[in-house]
Amino acid sequence: MTLVSGWGRFPVVDTEMLRPRSFEAVGEAMVSGTVARGNGRAYGDAAIGVARTVAMTGFDRIRWFDPAAGCTRLEAGVLLSDLIETFGPRGFLPFVLPGTRFVSIGGAIAADVHGKNHHCEGGFGRYVDAILLRTGAGELIEASREQNSDAFFATIGGMGLTGVILEATMRLRKVETGWIRERVISASDLDAAMRALDAGDAATYSVAWIDCAARGRDLGRALIYLGEPAGKDELPAGAAAFPAGKHPGLGVPVDLPSMTLNRFGIRAFNELYYRMGARRAGGSHVVSLYPYFFPLDSIADWNRIYGKRGFLQHQCVIPENGARAVLGEILDRVARRGDASFLAVLKKLGQGEGILSFPLPGYTLALDFPVRGDILNFLDEIDRLVVAAGGRLYLAKDARQSRATLEAGYPALQRFNAIRKALDPAGNIRSKLSQRLFDEV
Amino acid sequence: MTSRKSVLVLGGSSDIGRAAARAFARAGYDVGLAGRDIAALEPDAADLRARYNVEAGLHTFDVLDTASFEGFVAGLPALPDVVVSIVGLLGMQQQAESDLAHATAIMRSNYEGPSLILGLFAEKFLNRGSGTLVGVSSVAGDRGRASNYVYGSAKAGFSAFLSGLRARASRGSVHVVTVKPGFVRTRMTEGMKLIGPLTVEASVVGAAILRAVESKTDIVYVSAKWRLVMLIIKTLPEAVFKKLRF
Repeated sequence: MTLVSGWGRFPVVDTEMLRPRSFEAVGEAMVSGTVARGNGRAYGDAAIGVARTVAMTGFDRIRWFDPAAGCTRLEAGVLLSDLIETFGPRGFLPFVLPGTRFVSIGGAIAADVHGKNHHCEGGFGRYVDAILLRTGAGELIEASREQNSDAFFATIGGMGLTGVILEATMRLRKVETGWIRERVISASDLDAAMRALDAGDAATYSVAWIDCAARGRDLGRALIYLGEPAGKDELPAGAAAFPAGKHPGLGVPVDLPSMTLNRFGIRAFNELYYRMGARRAGGSHVVSLYPYFFPLDSIADWNRIYGKRGFLQHQCVIPENGARAVLGEILDRVARRGDASFLAVLKKLGQGEGILSFPLPGYTLALDFPVRGDILNFLDEIDRLVVAAGGRLYLAKDARQSRATLEAGYPALQRFNAIRKALDPAGNIRSKLSQRLFDEV
Repeated sequence: MTSRKSVLVLGGSSDIGRAAARAFARAGYDVGLAGRDIAALEPDAADLRARYNVEAGLHTFDVLDTASFEGFVAGLPALPDVVVSIVGLLGMQQQAESDLAHATAIMRSNYEGPSLILGLFAEKFLNRGSGTLVGVSSVAGDRGRASNYVYGSAKAGFSAFLSGLRARASRGSVHVVTVKPGFVRTRMTEGMKLIGPLTVEASVVGAAILRAVESKTDIVYVSAKWRLVMLIIKTLPEAVFKKLRF
């Protein structure tokens, strides 16, 4: 048995870790209580099997690439970083780039991950055309919008619970360069931040970083980053059309003492970050896709800054109507509490693609908290605000929400469970997350 | 065939073989993958074509079937610019201590086969007056240790063969590279207790092989730390060394 955790390093769970080398071996590995695991970037317990966890990163082959159609067939363990490096220089990028490029294709589908363009272009699942799935019943099925469509839409955002994703066909975006024309807008409070995000609806990419240490009339002050794919003629002289992605060199070699991120440190960091950003606000400039999409990827193992007890990420989405009041209330409570958050991100989402996909039209707020003190109770209270506003939590980030929160937030849950049951009558596919939230008890 | 440079990877289905093939293809080489089961290699060849827009061919090769070697070389569509041998068998030391067939398989897979096939390519390369041969040997060949001397002795033989071949071939513009990877996270070492700071990913070895070929390096310790570790191990007096059980 091996001790395994998600990116948040909480909870740490004992599971049998298997690394099959062929799709046949994947099938043989699927005993009762198995789930697949990609690159381990889900924060909580989504990619940990109740009994057994099947590591998929060894399946990293590209089956084919059709440059005319901008379409590729991939094994599920291919990482987005690999896709970017391989196809970027040839003029293609994934349509959807989440906050880290170190996620597998299988994981990106299972969580239907979103990027800074969700408000206008949708999530990862929208660009997936077909999925090769090994179901819990042992069947090998090809699922698409036309064929096995129930399985297809349940697998997108289905947290790996419909079976093991073996391969997928996806469409790529044709790009001229690997650069983004970025515009930074500073907003002095939450109203201004939300207005700036609304005004940014027309931008391909938009996201807001919120200073969650700010209180009172500064509550919700933010920097809004808008972006467009840059053309060749916009690049600085001498710049390569496709920038090189530096592999994370600087890392966090050990677990920092959990004191490191105390409220003074967080306050100082947020203050500095806001002021530096505000100085850049106004004009537009061209930045490499790497710092634009993946600011934290440049620090290897950044999850260790929270100490060995780990951290919790809380990401909710609140429907547009009434979002202002709820977001204000959450940010106020967080600011008063004082121990969040290294990074608070606010962004607009559109409709989700899968039955259980997280996004719905509204605002999503992501916060992280070190695991200590009464944090679980505090987050339960935040959840009540989210549920009351008709919102929900992102399962890929979750390690602690209650069944009641899940059921209130995901009205399509029954439909999902029925499809899951049909694909896996014996209930072989079970993760620690499904045990906590989905499975019959 | 194109006018691009070409590499033939013997042992193409191993993790280091796949990594080396990708490193060369990324650098624009056409790639031949050789192994026992070419049906199993086809997805890897397809991967190289899709990623790097190079040609990738498959060739049946069994390192224990030395009688087939001349036919294998003659049957290649063209003589490659670079041949990389990654074939090898770690085996099980304890079993090899009493099971002669197992010990023989280890010795033949790590010494006899790789040496003979690279020797054969050396003749062709010397005739042509160009080419690079890469043998993936092992730090285990630097000194026979109690825990893996059957494997280690075969790798020692292979390293010595490469060393002699290099001295001879360098006069004919043919370069020979010896690669000593140290601990690598692969199928072969899965389940073994590896020392973290001394362990690398297969992709690092693949990149190191390409770099050695392009820069005409003779002997490559993939991690510089291993050079130091093996220097210490090699200089320990036998009276001390024989008491160690690692």
